[in-house]
Amino acid sequence: MTSVAATPEAVDSQGTNYLVSLPRRIFTVYMPLFAFLFVLLFPFYWMAITAVKPDAELLSREGNPFWVINPTLAHIKKLLFDTAYPDWLWNTIVVSVASTIISIFCSVLAAYAIERLRFRGSRYVGMSIFLAYLVPPSILFIPLAAMVYKLNLFDTRFALILTYPTFLIPFGTWLLMGYFKSIPLELEECALIDGASRLQILVKIILPLAVPGLISVGIFAFTLSWNEFIYALTFVSSSEVKTVPVGVVTELVEGDVYHWGSLMAGALFGSLPVAILYSFFVEYYVSGLTGAVKE
Amino acid sequence: MLPAAALLLLFLTYPLGLGTYLGFTDQKIGRAGSWVGLENYEFLWGDAVTRLALFNTLFYTTVASIIKFGLGLYLALLLNKHIPFKPFFRAVVLLPFIVPTALSAIAFWWIYDSQFSIISWALMRMGLITHYIDFLGDPWNARFSVIAANIWRGVPFVAITLLAGLQTISPSYYEAASLDGATPWQQFRYITMPLLTPIIAVVMTFSVLMTFTDFQLIYVITRGGPLNATHLMATLSFQRAISGGNLGEGAAIATAMIPFLLAAIMISYFGLQRRAWQQGGSDK
Repeated sequence: MTSVAATPEAVDSQGTNYLVSLPRRIFTVYMPLFAFLFVLLFPFYWMAITAVKPDAELLSREGNPFWVINPTLAHIKKLLFDTAYPDWLWNTIVVSVASTIISIFCSVLAAYAIERLRFRGSRYVGMSIFLAYLVPPSILFIPLAAMVYKLNLFDTRFALILTYPTFLIPFGTWLLMGYFKSIPLELEECALIDGASRLQILVKIILPLAVPGLISVGIFAFTLSWNEFIYALTFVSSSEVKTVPVGVVTELVEGDVYHWGSLMAGALFGSLPVAILYSFFVEYYVSGLTGAVKE
Repeated sequence: MLPAAALLLLFLTYPLGLGTYLGFTDQKIGRAGSWVGLENYEFLWGDAVTRLALFNTLFYTTVASIIKFGLGLYLALLLNKHIPFKPFFRAVVLLPFIVPTALSAIAFWWIYDSQFSIISWALMRMGLITHYIDFLGDPWNARFSVIAANIWRGVPFVAITLLAGLQTISPSYYEAASLDGATPWQQFRYITMPLLTPIIAVVMTFSVLMTFTDFQLIYVITRGGPLNATHLMATLSFQRAISGGNLGEGAAIATAMIPFLLAAIMISYFGLQRRAWQQGGSDK
């Protein structure tokens, strides 16, 4: 997408930049940039430093709160062994992976059908997929909760696995439609002449060419379902089936005494998996993000 | 196609309809409701808390969106400059957007803690304030605190998507403009803005939609308090429907958000129409 298109221009993107002197650049570019970075990254630093601070240092106003004198692993130990945190982590992984797979499967079929089968009204279906993408979960959670009760799925992982695709599929379909559009129609025609069926075309020609798109959708879907909060909060109530964001918010906060150390450790470990995954696939993630907005 | 259609119809279209229908009933959790017509809406219209939530939502969305747009555009312009380690910066900037909001909200909760807030500590040390700020205890402080957290989370999205738009603008326009003696401001105003308008429209629609229906930040940081000062429509509908068990009323609040969302989408749609003449076509 843009990142690819921008590379040939990158060479001459220096443009008239050489006219701007270095001191001026430091003042107009680097200082604001580092101010942004400081604000954007500070909460993460704060999470990490709080997670290893002993309680005595946490609750004192003396000394320098930005650093830790006697780092401790007590909070992390408490989190991992005295709470249901490992369960939540496992649930989150199961739910995210399952709903991502379902969503990719459905999105591929839907996007291919809309883009290439050209049935009557396919344009309108495409439009409605986009509109569906705009429907926010905070409107849907009440009726969905009523349905979840009725289907006897309340308090199970299936409640989450089946409802997450509602916001993942529209997004995935929309993104894949863009990818499929860029694959030349001639390839498909050749295959049709050689006697391939629609399914064979999809599996053997389209999918291998759309791998970057599939990765984008996969990464995006995984992070979205990992981060999902409102459905998980509403549809699940017992500790064993909670996901990490909900578990940390609802179970680690006990009464009036906040265990900031383990809360922050929980927040940190809940964020790390997506952050690590993201760092491996930044380009795909960004192209998914911008592609979804651009079409 | 079929599986997607089935799943979407079952879990998206049907709930939308069901939600609207529930808004007209007095259904409670575990008990079927009966049709009560506009009663829920009449009650909510006269309900001070709901009105406050509506005001909060509009205030929250307006302030947060404007600041997010300003800061996001500024950050995008900075990142579009020729700087070393650009991919690294771009990756790091997006971090707040990808980590679970509920978890970063907890970090903000701790940052805003009334006794051990790091912000208060720093300001005290600098001698700017004499006692710790009660970030979440005072209605207006709390409002601005959650808005700040929302901005923190939303700026990366705006910045990265606008950056993608900026990268499609050819540098030769700027060269030509500076040869003709255009100042940086003129370059921004007459080259960047017109070419960026379509993508700004889309990005801001997304941003407004996400802000308007925000739930996690408020739920985690303040739960709507103090004195309902930070309740948004989404958190209020959760409180009424799930915690209070009054599904019908909650659904009515949720449904009441839809007209606002449609308005936002329509505005951006007409904003997008400008694309036609910008690309040399005729206006429709």
